[in-house]
Amino acid sequence: MSEAGGATPAEAARAALAQATTPDLFRAFLVMGLSGFGGVLPFARRALVERHGWLTDADFTETLALCQSLPGPNIVNMSIVVGGRARGWRGSLAAVIGLIGAPFLILIVLGFAYGRFGGLPLVERAIEGVAAAAAGLVVATAARMAEPLVRNRFLAATPFIVLAFVGVGVLRFPLIYVILVLAPLSVAAAWRRPA
Amino acid sequence: MKPVWSTLGALALQFAILSLVAFGGANAVVPEMHRQSVAVHHWMTDRDFAALFAISQAAPGPNVLISTLIGWKVAGLAGAIVATAAMCGPSCVLVFWVAKAWDRYSHTRWRAAVGAGISPVAVGLVCASALVLVRAADVSWRFALVSAASAAVAYFTKLNPLWCLAGGALLGLSGLLMAAP
Repeated sequence: MSEAGGATPAEAARAALAQATTPDLFRAFLVMGLSGFGGVLPFARRALVERHGWLTDADFTETLALCQSLPGPNIVNMSIVVGGRARGWRGSLAAVIGLIGAPFLILIVLGFAYGRFGGLPLVERAIEGVAAAAAGLVVATAARMAEPLVRNRFLAATPFIVLAFVGVGVLRFPLIYVILVLAPLSVAAAWRRPA
Repeated sequence: MKPVWSTLGALALQFAILSLVAFGGANAVVPEMHRQSVAVHHWMTDRDFAALFAISQAAPGPNVLISTLIGWKVAGLAGAIVATAAMCGPSCVLVFWVAKAWDRYSHTRWRAAVGAGISPVAVGLVCASALVLVRAADVSWRFALVSAASAAVAYFTKLNPLWCLAGGALLGLSGLLMAAP
């Protein structure tokens, strides 16, 4: 964490990220990957914004938005972007290997074990409980991400949060069309009402 | 299982293409993975696929690792490595270069507007994921209570969210979440 006097939160985060070494990136994303049962996003926000202070709330949301607009898994993309910002391609490589390396090995073991002991009811019950708790974590992450936007840019942001939610979550439109329609309109709104 | 070069090649090609069309992450291309693995290449049965999907969801890490399990099932360790690398590689290279260009223009007005503009859409999409996950996981009010408690703890406290997941696992194991017969 930066203690530079008078620095804005954005500058402090940039300074903290610039000091992150390749092993730091590897370790941070390793922990995220290993924590992310039922989705890594809640752990990514917690680690990148709250724990390491490498991104501000606004940076995190904007980076996630960039990652969502490109193909590939959002969190894998995020590891590439954050690692690259800190340490170039080496940082990206360290972050992405940290993120998927350990889960990769665990899955191989689980795949092997499933072939032998598959479908134990006790295991299934535990998994169902974890899935419910993991869904709750994503609800909390959504609320934490929405809060600053709704507070600071109510008129320009809230309609697009609601439309994207309804389009993909309720009506189940294909994600790419929702982004293609909403993003230009939302960018136009942001252009007219800069934060 | 001995990996066959033609099988590894087919895996690499299939996942490299999926990588570049996986807008919204791996879950967006799961139906296509299913079609390719079961109907086109006959690598596995429908049941096998469902089981692999469930394991990938239950294990830690990004959901993209369903590709690891498919590769493993098809061609052992070599298959797992090839499928994972092919699923992550192309999109990662693309994202790396786009992010570089993105950061280069970080002080321009249009870049600020694009960033501020796509952010609400991203938040809306996370809200949508939350809804989809809640609907899938909360098959009864007991599960809904677990989700609500977990959301409240994560939102209002700084507690490590792993405690929420551990609590969910214990409640599941205890049988308290099962409906009365």
